[in-house]
Amino acid sequence: MALNPAIRDDIIATVPRLRAFAMSLSGNLDRADDLVQETLLRALANIDSFRPGTNLTAWLFTILRNHFRSEYRKRRREVEDSDGHHTEGLKSQPAQMGAVEMAEFRTALDKLPPDQREALVLVGASGFSYEEAAEICDCAVGTIKSRLNRARTRLGELMDVQDATEFGPDASTRGILNGP
Amino acid sequence: MKTQKLPPKPAKVAQARRSKPSPGLDRDIQAAIGDQLRAMHDSILREGVPDRFVDLLARLDKPQGSR
Repeated sequence: MALNPAIRDDIIATVPRLRAFAMSLSGNLDRADDLVQETLLRALANIDSFRPGTNLTAWLFTILRNHFRSEYRKRRREVEDSDGHHTEGLKSQPAQMGAVEMAEFRTALDKLPPDQREALVLVGASGFSYEEAAEICDCAVGTIKSRLNRARTRLGELMDVQDATEFGPDASTRGILNGP
Repeated sequence: MKTQKLPPKPAKVAQARRSKPSPGLDRDIQAAIGDQLRAMHDSILREGVPDRFVDLLARLDKPQGSR
């Protein structure tokens, strides 16, 4: 296929953001890169369905997100740990995220349901508006907002519990009792 | 392409947390969440575009490219 060079450059320029998003979703850089690769293959195979002038970045994120969701559902059926969620993300951290703090955050992030996690990452890290995030996740803007609120509340509780352990059993117990 | 907007204000988040004794801690935690999210995100951005993706696009972007 002969790709419009401007579109090609835009796709290349979006790769770092796609990787960051994929990393947030999958928790594993190798898997993230596989997700990005599959996203690029699908994007180029379906480039005719992209309408020039519309948001290319959101279009690419949508492809990545949908691919991840179908893979996630497949994996979930195949392997689930005893808690019912995958823990693969805990095993692999990119070198520059070596800090204990970051690892703890990753652990907490991985405990969120995927719909909350993607809403949080799209708006809180990838810099999309509520409207764009809603488009990418194929849901209403209000749904994004409520997922975002639930994600922040839950993450706050998870991090609070982690912090609380430093202050002895009373604070720790209180943190757990204040759960959802 | 649309321009990016700022993430929602922290006040909204604090509002969402119910029945917590210390709103100060609350805000700290929410700010920490934002910081961690961005730190994680930026650490990947700093890696730029790995060669494999540049190569992939170059390979696919050929007149007779089959796939």
